[in-house]
Amino acid sequence: MRKLGEAKVAELYGNLFEMYEKITGDNPYKTPMMIYPAIHYTMGGLWVDYNLETNIPGLFALGECNFSDHGANRLGASALMQGLADGYFVIPYTVGIFLSNEIRTPKFNPDGPEFKATEKAVDDRLKALMNVKGNESVENFHRRLGRIMWDYCGMARNAEGLNKALGLIRELREEFHKNVFVPGSDRDFNPELEKAYRVADFMEMGELMVMDALDRNESCGGHFREEYTVDNEALRNDEEYAYVAAWEWTDTNTPPTLHKEPLKFENVELKTRSYK
Amino acid sequence: MSAMKLTLHIWRQRHANDTGTFETHVVDANEHMSFLEMLDVLNQTLIEQKKEPVAFEHDCREGICGACSMVINGRPHGPLGGTTACQLHMRHFQNGDHIWVEPFRAKAFPVIRDLVVDRGSFDRIIQAGGFVSVNTGAAVDGNTIPIEKDLASQSMDAAACIGCGACVAACPNGSAMLFTAAKASHLGLLPQGEVENARRVQAMVHQHDKEGFGRCSNTYACEAECPKEISVSNIARLNRWYLKSSLTSNV
Ligand code: SF4
Ligand code: FES
Repeated sequence: MRKLGEAKVAELYGNLFEMYEKITGDNPYKTPMMIYPAIHYTMGGLWVDYNLETNIPGLFALGECNFSDHGANRLGASALMQGLADGYFVIPYTVGIFLSNEIRTPKFNPDGPEFKATEKAVDDRLKALMNVKGNESVENFHRRLGRIMWDYCGMARNAEGLNKALGLIRELREEFHKNVFVPGSDRDFNPELEKAYRVADFMEMGELMVMDALDRNESCGGHFREEYTVDNEALRNDEEYAYVAAWEWTDTNTPPTLHKEPLKFENVELKTRSYK
Repeated sequence: MSAMKLTLHIWRQRHANDTGTFETHVVDANEHMSFLEMLDVLNQTLIEQKKEPVAFEHDCREGICGACSMVINGRPHGPLGGTTACQLHMRHFQNGDHIWVEPFRAKAFPVIRDLVVDRGSFDRIIQAGGFVSVNTGAAVDGNTIPIEKDLASQSMDAAACIGCGACVAACPNGSAMLFTAAKASHLGLLPQGEVENARRVQAMVHQHDKEGFGRCSNTYACEAECPKEISVSNIARLNRWYLKSSLTSNV
């Protein structure tokens, strides 16, 4: 501010400063901003191939929901970068290729057995959530899950905490399916039901994140394992872990399968990022 | 942190064909909460009493997605200028206040439930022409097409529209011209979008009318309520483009 002056700072960061003022009621041009480290994003996402097609044929995932561009590091504005790169330069070509092979596929019949079975599966799941009729709100379960993730699978994690988290998440999931309360009906527009559906997914997702963090015995990028450090800096283990972990999920009762996609770097040398 | 007790008169409507009515609730809030966080508190209380929470839309909660549509004390997005409902904090209200909360009301925005309205009509205006269909090819080097700063800024300002629909809710005619003009301007002002401008403008304006949005009669209520402060000069530009394209285009 002293160097550039208020006008220049406003031109560069005006919207951020305004946003800050709206939230805190403080004028950041005059009073120092209150900041603290927090988790802004989690890295990784749906597995896709080079055409951005997921393992479900015809289902493409573009932008940050896929895993392709920021495996271990997610820097500022990469949400835009990946959305634009995928949207401008990949998907316009690859979806076309997919569709050109489908041109002779006849129109699906929505009364066909596959449709009916899927519809029933979704309906059963919704009904099951409605019928728990327990005593705790979806929001409470979401917060409790978040607390476990924050405490044990946060910016710094260790094996002891991660193992503890695994048990806690499994217990919480069981409790969720026994005691969640979803108001309203499954025949109306019902945001609480939608949220319950998602929180049920987050339980599985959270468990998977913990398993993955446990599996990777090194510190690298956004994954800082307290046991693997030298002089308080991250200790990488590229010999064993220079791969992308793609986890295949089957169902709640089967442990997910790990597929390793090796990372090969021809032009750069892998190094620890030092903050010293 | 100062605690507040507020009386909410909030619109409840089960579905589009339901008559709907105001329901009164007293909520404990504090000055640091956002308006939506205050509604979260209300909903949590309702759920604990095994009642149905108030349906409202939200996503980013930082003023960039346009989901949090609601009319607060008679004004779309509430009393503060240039602010979405999610960015409106309770410090702008007084302890003991009565607050009236309603959905955006317009023919082209049917109520889905409580405060949630169907803004699919906006999507269809975009689908009609709010895109650039030139082949992007491979990435070009930066600065190969020089664009004046002025023009880039005008386009950028128009692109700030988050498609919330407050302009429609504010307009006595239920017109969506500010939205349509912002979307057409941000594309049409730049060389990449200029190529298909005539077709775009015709298609978007026709879709706008077809959806049942009213005609613009220059009341400027839209500009006053727009949380992104989109200027009505965009409407004037769209009108010029529309007239010009009506004379020249064969769409
Ligand atoms: S012009 Fe403004 S009020 Fe209208 S949709 Fe865009 S951001 Fe919302
Ligand atoms: S929730 Fe996204 S703009 Fe309000």
